[in-house]
Amino acid sequence: MASKVFIGAGAGFAGDRTDAAGPVVDALARLAGPRFLMFETLAERTLALSQLERRRDPRRGFNPALDRFIAPVLARCLRDEIRIIGNFGAANPRAAAARILALAREQGLRPPRVAVVEGDDLTGILSAKQLAARETAGAILRDATDIISANLYLGAGPIAQALDQGAEIVVTGRVADSALALGPLIHAFRWRSDDWDRLAAGTLAGHLLECGAQVTGGYFADPPYKEVSAMADLGYPIAEIYADGDLVITKPPGTGGRVDRLTVIEQLLYEIHDPAAYLGPDVVLDISAVTVEELAPDRVRVRGARGRPAPETLKATVCVDGGMLGEAEISYAGPNAAARARLAAETIRERMRKRAPGLVVRTDAIGVISVLGDNGAALAEPWPSGAADVRLRFAAQSASAAEVELLLDEVEALYCAGPAGGAGVRRRLTPRLASASCLVERKFASPRVVLLGDAP
Amino acid sequence: MTTKTVKLYEIANARSGDKGNRLNIALVCRDPAHYPALAQQVTADRVAAVFAGRRPTRVMRYELPKLAAFNFVLDDVLEGGVNASLGLDGHGKSLSYLLLDIPVQVAVEPVHALRASAQIV
Repeated sequence: MASKVFIGAGAGFAGDRTDAAGPVVDALARLAGPRFLMFETLAERTLALSQLERRRDPRRGFNPALDRFIAPVLARCLRDEIRIIGNFGAANPRAAAARILALAREQGLRPPRVAVVEGDDLTGILSAKQLAARETAGAILRDATDIISANLYLGAGPIAQALDQGAEIVVTGRVADSALALGPLIHAFRWRSDDWDRLAAGTLAGHLLECGAQVTGGYFADPPYKEVSAMADLGYPIAEIYADGDLVITKPPGTGGRVDRLTVIEQLLYEIHDPAAYLGPDVVLDISAVTVEELAPDRVRVRGARGRPAPETLKATVCVDGGMLGEAEISYAGPNAAARARLAAETIRERMRKRAPGLVVRTDAIGVISVLGDNGAALAEPWPSGAADVRLRFAAQSASAAEVELLLDEVEALYCAGPAGGAGVRRRLTPRLASASCLVERKFASPRVVLLGDAP
Repeated sequence: MTTKTVKLYEIANARSGDKGNRLNIALVCRDPAHYPALAQQVTADRVAAVFAGRRPTRVMRYELPKLAAFNFVLDDVLEGGVNASLGLDGHGKSLSYLLLDIPVQVAVEPVHALRASAQIV
C-alpha cells in the first residue's frame, strides 16, 4: 500500500487557464508514488447547458473545455503514469471518453484505459413532481413541467472502483467536487467506507484542490496588503497526502503564486457554512479543529479533519427554464455626467412603468453604485457629484422575450430621445436557467463504472 | 492600553462564497494576535447591520480560533442567487469587500510585543 499520494489540480472551473496543468504534470513526473491529476470543470449551470446540447446532438453534451485541458498533458500523463480524474463528462461522460480516445489516436498515442462513471442523472428516474416534493428551499420546481437537468452529487466510491479496475483516465458527470481527490485516495490507501476521519481528510484535500489556484495565491492578491508574485504564471496546487490523512499543500517549483497560512485558510473556508458540518455524499466533514502550519516556503501542512457518517440523502441540482434575461447599457461622461445619467435612469423607469407595469427593472450606475448596491435605497441617495464617467446598466427578466426587449428598445432609444451625450449602447438577451437544490434518497442513485479501451 | 482605529482590510483578509441565495464570508486575521479584538467587535449583529440593505433573514458567525478566522453565513442576500439575480455580481463575490471596509479598534502594543518576544525565542 502507498505511504504517500500526490494529487495535482489542473483546473478549478470550466473557464480556467488551460496551460496551468503543464507545470503541475512536470512536477508530478519527478515524484515517486501514486500520482493523480484532477480537473474540476462543472459548475451548476454547465451541466444544464450540456444537457440541452445533448438533446440537440447525442454525440455532444460533455464539457467543451475537455480538449483544451486534456490535449496538452495527455501524452505525458500516460507516459509517466499520472492518472487523470475529471468531471468534464457533464451530461454525456461516454461521449467525453470517446473524445479522449480519439484525442489519443490523433496524437499517435496508444489507446488509454478510460473509465466512465454514470448514474448521477435523475431525469427518467424522478418526475418533475417527485423532484418538486424534494426541493430544499424555495419553490422553483413547484409549477415546473420540463426538467432540463437533474443530477445527484455522487461520491468517491465509483471513482475509486474505476481506478481499482486499472483506469488511467476517469471521466465523470456530476460528483461532489472533492470526490475527484477522495476517489484516488480511497483507491491508493484502501480506506474503509466507515473510516470517517480518513474520508474527512480526503474530502478536505479535495476541497482545497477543487478551485485550482484559489489555494496558491489566485483570487487573493490585494496590493499592498496582500502581495502575490508572478500572477501571470500562477502555480496550481499539488497536495501530498499521507495514509493517516495529514496533508501538505504545495505548488510546482519555479511558478508564481503563494502558498502560506493565509492563502490556505481562505480556500479552506470557501463556500463553507457550518465548519463543523460540511455535508458530502461520503462523509460529514468537520474542519473546526483543523490546523494550518507553514513548514517551509510554499509548503503548508493541514491536519485535524474529523468525520461523521454521511447523511441519509444525497444532494441534487435541478435546472429548469428560467426565461430570458435582458441587459442594456449606456454611458454618460464628462461634466455633469451623474445628473444626466440619473435623468436617463428616471426616464427609463417612467417609460417602463407605462409599457410593462409588472416588469421588475434593475438599474445600476457602474462607477457610482453597482455590485455593492441593492437596487433600492442606494440608488435613491444623491450620487457623488464628481462622478464623471458613469455607465448605466438596466436588467430585467421575464418568461416573455418580447417583454424584456421592450426594456432594451427603451434604452437604445435614449440615443435620440434621452439626455445629452448618451453613448455606447450595448444590449443583450440571454436565456436563463433556474436551479433548485433537492435532497434525494440514496436508493435513486445508481452509480456504475464502464471501462473503455484496452483491459489492463 | 493604546488603541487605534483601522479599517478591517488593513489587518484581515476575506473571501466570499455562494450557495444558492446564501452567502458566506471567511474573515481571516493576518496576525492571529488580532483575533480577540475582532471576536469582540465583528459580531453577527454588526455584520447584519453592514448588509442591512440586502435584508438578510439570518446571520450566523462561526468562530475558528485555531485558524484565527471567522465564517459568516448570511441567508437570502443574493437576490435569489446567481441564476436568478438581476445584478452584475450574482455570486456576491465582491461582497467580502463591503465587510472589509468597516472600522475596528485594535491595540497597538500587544501585537508588536508578541512579535518581538517571538523573535527573541
